[in-house]
Amino acid sequence: MFERLHVMLVKEFLELRRDRWAMVRLIVPLLIQALVFGYAATFTVNHVATVVLDLDRSQASRTLVSHFAANGRFDIVEMAATQQAVTHAIDTGRAVVAIVIHAGFAAKLANGRSAPLAIAVDGTNSNTALIALGYVSLIVARFEAEAMAHGWPVPGETASSGADVPLQERPWFNQGLDDRWFFIPGVIGTLTLIQVVSLTALAVVREREVGTLEQIMVSPIRPFEFILGKTVPFFLIGLGDVVLVTVFGVLWFGIPFVGSPLVMLLGSSLFLLAALGLGLLLSTLARTQQQAFALNFFLVNPFFILSGFAFPIAAMPPVLQWFTLINPLRYFLVVIRAVFLKGVGIDVLWPDLLAMGALGAGMLALSVLRFRKSLD
Amino acid sequence: MNPAVRAEGLSKRFGRFVAVDRLDLSISKGEIVGFIGPNGAGKSTTIRLLCGLLKPTAGRACVAGFDVAREPDAVREHIGYMSQKFSLYPDLTVRENLRFFGGLYRVPRRDIEVRMAQAIAMAGLQGREDALVQTLAGGWKQRLALGCAILHRPPVLFLDEPTSGVEPEARRHFWDLIHQLASEGVTILVSTHYMDEAEYCNRIALIDAGRLVAIGSPGELRRRELGGALFELECSPLGAALVALRQVPEVIDAAIFGDRLHVLLRQPAAAEGLPALLARHGIVAGPPHGITPSLEDVFVQLVSRPHAAVRA
Ligand SMILES: Nc1ncnc2c1ncn2[C@@H]1O[C@H](COP(=O)(O)OP(=O)(O)OP(=O)(O)O)[C@@H](O)[C@H]1O
Ligand SMILES: [Mg+2]
Repeated sequence: MFERLHVMLVKEFLELRRDRWAMVRLIVPLLIQALVFGYAATFTVNHVATVVLDLDRSQASRTLVSHFAANGRFDIVEMAATQQAVTHAIDTGRAVVAIVIHAGFAAKLANGRSAPLAIAVDGTNSNTALIALGYVSLIVARFEAEAMAHGWPVPGETASSGADVPLQERPWFNQGLDDRWFFIPGVIGTLTLIQVVSLTALAVVREREVGTLEQIMVSPIRPFEFILGKTVPFFLIGLGDVVLVTVFGVLWFGIPFVGSPLVMLLGSSLFLLAALGLGLLLSTLARTQQQAFALNFFLVNPFFILSGFAFPIAAMPPVLQWFTLINPLRYFLVVIRAVFLKGVGIDVLWPDLLAMGALGAGMLALSVLRFRKSLD
Repeated sequence: MNPAVRAEGLSKRFGRFVAVDRLDLSISKGEIVGFIGPNGAGKSTTIRLLCGLLKPTAGRACVAGFDVAREPDAVREHIGYMSQKFSLYPDLTVRENLRFFGGLYRVPRRDIEVRMAQAIAMAGLQGREDALVQTLAGGWKQRLALGCAILHRPPVLFLDEPTSGVEPEARRHFWDLIHQLASEGVTILVSTHYMDEAEYCNRIALIDAGRLVAIGSPGELRRRELGGALFELECSPLGAALVALRQVPEVIDAAIFGDRLHVLLRQPAAAEGLPALLARHGIVAGPPHGITPSLEDVFVQLVSRPHAAVRA
């Protein structure tokens, strides 16, 4: 019963071992991509060119400005004297953010009334601007807290509405506001998906191209024996990927791993099931390795974009939101981020785990069904 | 006794294209049948239908006593197949390939070593057991592929152009192996493009545009399929002679072969009168003499004429 599976596995591992560059090809791109994502794919902005117009010239206003100057996220490039100078600085691109403190800021703050503070951002780089706006509100909030501590009479009721800037919500479990903490766990899922899907699809299609697939199909092998033989090695490689990038993220980027490794293992296994199913399904659609490669590219990109890796699913149009429901990466990102940063367990994550299991089973079943047919 | 391979009305379409068209075929145990036909005739498709790799659009096939559609697994256990593409693992060694295919067919553990050694000996690969297959030359590769295909001792063997691209010496060696297998009772259907190989078969099945055009032993085909007697005639000028001869009712066909004519006659007796007949057109002709047609003559004749019913 296990004889055929055994020889399939032996053959796969022999081929892998004989391919001297296989390990390099598997590991190096993974680490490079983890590095690139870790350093480049970040929402953190630093050194935003800022112009300040202080019309109040009070101690309070100077303190607020010094908060901005000291923060490091903002570089105050100009202390403007007039509103025109502010507009000019933004228009010419010398500054991205303008902070205008109106006259009476200190007085109103002292009276416990809403203190007028205007923030203008250069909308042409809306990403940076929005993120910068987030920091502005943080700094203002801190300033308020300090103002209270320093004895400026700020009534508690108005403290939170003291500035005209709505406080942006901060991610709860990412106190440092370090985007790497958010991205590296996501990178694990994304890179594993890309690697496992393409490895599986290419391996099957290569056998089809070489002709060995036909030679195998003419033998009394059962589809599940072939499919197990073909997928178990890539399952192990996928698990290796997960472990590698996890260890890398923890050791290199210092990302905390709060949760249970067992939940992570379970989540990864279910996710890999779906990835393998996807790869096999893809291999039944492609005749040549080139086609498989193109299909892989065509498929994995939407899976990536519609996963919640970077773009919030809740902000997508409904049709695309529905699509994310059949995207295993979506569920895995939830699981992996939750395990990494929140440390929650199966009691919370079971719907996502279940969804991945169902998707994996469905795709594997479909690929087994399509398998015999694909020879015609 | 039941035939080892039997096809009845076997057909396969790809979309609207008919690749195999109502093919009937019966091969008895221990027979070597050669499958001959131009490119795209449907040889590979027929073989893949008989192996159960493709589902027929119509008709049925029995191989080694099992119905291909209803008992595909039993058929798979009892056939060996060499596909048109060379299909061993190039990055595995000779021994690793053999062990892999032995395992796929679950060759009993106590037999596998002996059979692997036999396959290695048959391929002439003693001492190169641990060489990667990609480093072997064509003839060795093909013999090893044959060795892999018969590790489980199948009673029926399908070989799809096993000798294409192999040098003549290695081809002869390969055919010795085929004959040896047949003498042990293995039934073999082998497709080929080489006419000289057709002569090595017990029977030849000629297939063209998906249809079985003729089947019989090489001798039978030569004698019967031309539908007349072939004569060679020296004459001059050739062109005028050709035109004149084609108008004679006794002449089925005439064609220029080098500096002479090949004339196919309904009755051998009509040959005597030809020089006189040509003389009336002012053509000088020598005495005609009967010749044995080559298989190539037969195939060219059969494939070019509109398809009549199969002659068996
Ligand atoms: N999977 C397929 N889909 C569509 N058409 C096919 C398929 N397989 C074969 N054909 C077509 O069927 C015809 C017969 O092909 P087949 O391979 O059986 O020919 P063949 O006699 O083996 O030719 P060759 O001598 O070149 O090997 C060809 O025209 C081929 O293009
Ligand atoms: Mg062919």
